[in-house]
Amino acid sequence: MLEIKDLTGGFEGKDILKGISLSVKPGEVHSIMGPNGSGKSTLSKIVAGHPGYEVTGGSISYNGADLLAMEPEIRARKGIFLAYQYPIEIPGVNNAEFLRMAYNAKLKSLGQEEADPLDFDELLREKMKFLDIDEKFRERSVNEGFSGGEKKKNEILQMAILNPAVSILDEIDSGLDIDALKVVAEGVNRLRNGNSSLILITHYPRLLNYIKPDHVHVLSGGRIVSSGDFSLALELESAGYERYTAVAGE
Amino acid sequence: MTDLDQVVARKEYKHGFTTDIDTETLEKGLSEDTVRKISAIKNEPEWLLKFRLKAFRMWKKMSPPVWANVKFPPVDFQDMSYYSAPRKKPTRKSLDEVDPEILETFERLGIPIEEQKRLSNVAVDAVFDSVSVATTHKKKLMEAGVIFLSFSEAVKEFPELIEKYLGTVVPPGDNFYAALNSAVFSDGSFVYIPPDTVSPMELSTYFRINTEESGQFERTLIVAAERSYVSYIEGCTAPQFDSNQLHAAIVELVALDDAEIKYSTVQNWYPGDPETGKGGIFNFVVKRGKCQGKNSKISWTQVETGSAITWKYPGCILKGDNSSGEFYSVALTTGHQQADTGTKMIHIGKNTKSVIITKGISADSASNTYRGRVFISPSATGARNYTQCDSMLVGDSCSAHTFPYIEGATEFAQLEHEASTSKISDDQLFYFRQRGIDAEEAVSAIVSGFCKDVFVQLPMEFSVEAQKLLAMKLEDSVG
Repeated sequence: MLEIKDLTGGFEGKDILKGISLSVKPGEVHSIMGPNGSGKSTLSKIVAGHPGYEVTGGSISYNGADLLAMEPEIRARKGIFLAYQYPIEIPGVNNAEFLRMAYNAKLKSLGQEEADPLDFDELLREKMKFLDIDEKFRERSVNEGFSGGEKKKNEILQMAILNPAVSILDEIDSGLDIDALKVVAEGVNRLRNGNSSLILITHYPRLLNYIKPDHVHVLSGGRIVSSGDFSLALELESAGYERYTAVAGE
Repeated sequence: MTDLDQVVARKEYKHGFTTDIDTETLEKGLSEDTVRKISAIKNEPEWLLKFRLKAFRMWKKMSPPVWANVKFPPVDFQDMSYYSAPRKKPTRKSLDEVDPEILETFERLGIPIEEQKRLSNVAVDAVFDSVSVATTHKKKLMEAGVIFLSFSEAVKEFPELIEKYLGTVVPPGDNFYAALNSAVFSDGSFVYIPPDTVSPMELSTYFRINTEESGQFERTLIVAAERSYVSYIEGCTAPQFDSNQLHAAIVELVALDDAEIKYSTVQNWYPGDPETGKGGIFNFVVKRGKCQGKNSKISWTQVETGSAITWKYPGCILKGDNSSGEFYSVALTTGHQQADTGTKMIHIGKNTKSVIITKGISADSASNTYRGRVFISPSATGARNYTQCDSMLVGDSCSAHTFPYIEGATEFAQLEHEASTSKISDDQLFYFRQRGIDAEEAVSAIVSGFCKDVFVQLPMEFSVEAQKLLAMKLEDSVG
């Protein structure tokens, strides 16, 4: 469903990605691992369409359509979801209201009727219960004053509401202690189904103990330097990235 | 190009149409003769003519204030008409006698003044150029003892009340524009709430400037007697002209013992051309309330989105012991708009309280200034003030300024001041867009969130309207 071919690009005129190819099929879990600065976050921003990043070559096709030609909000409505490494705070904007706006934007793009606040509240409560999320999340401003763990949970809650086809989780494990990590990973696992795909971007293999990937890719110097199954992650756990940074020559 | 720069084509100012009706308009120019003519047209009593003439003589010796943080060419006060009225005189026994063109105008503006449309529990006084054309729900209000009349009618029917209170809060010599208004004011609204009465409905005045070369100088006087309560709402629009029109109004509020007045404004005068800055209303307004009695309360809430230039400082004189004044303001400037607005809280009585919460939003090439004065007189022991001024910038070529003045604070007074400036970041916008919400809607949600503390002060349905208006204005300006 998501085909990335020879993708190059970056920001401020600098190519960070130097030719990435990746094929993600429905239901698959891919893990993209790599040292800091290897281009992991750049890849996620480019797939989501962040206007601060530019694509200089290659293509991304999504369900047969040219993803790069779509505005970011269109990509989102069509099922591309990015869980942030550092979720953004939006002071004054009520979290439930924000979620409803997002949910309705999606319904509207599908030609469906928008959900009124009461109907939506029901859905929201159900999802929050499912993910074991504190009631107070509804009334708070989006991510404002949230702890690191709360912010990540809020990302997963948004994912639950939007039910995306492809979710890119950018370092969802960063800044979390082991208990918080378990809770967040558990939430992600609960949301998995046969049709939706996950791309887990992570520096540390420990996340993969909780969410098992079908494919593991090592990104280094803007290129995928190695691909394999879960055993590759285990190997990284013991040997680290040294070998790959040497291959990439950086 | 950043995210913010990208979005949306401009929408037109939707109230910018002109109504083609026959008007009776005084020749351009201002002299003692003009003042006499206005008074004569309105068949006014001698004392009111004297009031006007005294104000006119003061005005002649004054010059326009220059301290505000706004730039505009000098206004030629001889180059405008000081009175314009629909020729077909509305006798107002019934609305049937009001020019249908005028009714249609108000209908287009969404102001229901026709009998069959008065479903909402709001009484409306509609002012068209210089005169009031319709006041609704009069009967129901009269039953409760509430007087809600056009100013001209009130002068005829309740001259002693007008004479007693007119100019007691904003004296004619208060400032240049106050003197001008006192000399030439044409119409407006008068409200009197008798003791122990809660007004059975919200009262509302809707102002409309229609004629190109006339100024609008209306006058509002609200008196809330002992233990009474009233909520009053004011709305304004004007057609789109290339020239500037002057709007110099005075609003005076008087609250007696234990009375409360809540005054809300949603101002959407034509702001001028968003690209060139040509045209638009000069909104130079003096609004002041006097908490004359003990435990009285006056609360101003304003949502200022229109006008080329806004210059207004709705304030409170807190004379009665334990009286309190509030000022909640959202001022949005886009295009080439300039706003210099804020409040004055004058603490005189003991244990007087004031709260000031302002939200200034500036976009495009606009400028937005908060100017506030908190004065604590030595008699005001136990006085308290809380001030919070927040500014938000949308884009890179706009500006925000804050000038809070605090004077005469005694050791027995408590003052708190908070201020902040923020900017909508591209990362915030992208966060919304990544969730499928377009940038326009995102900006409007962020701004609404920013203004929440003020919107909650507005009567429910007006709060919704104000948020829509703000969203619409921002759609125009995020490009």
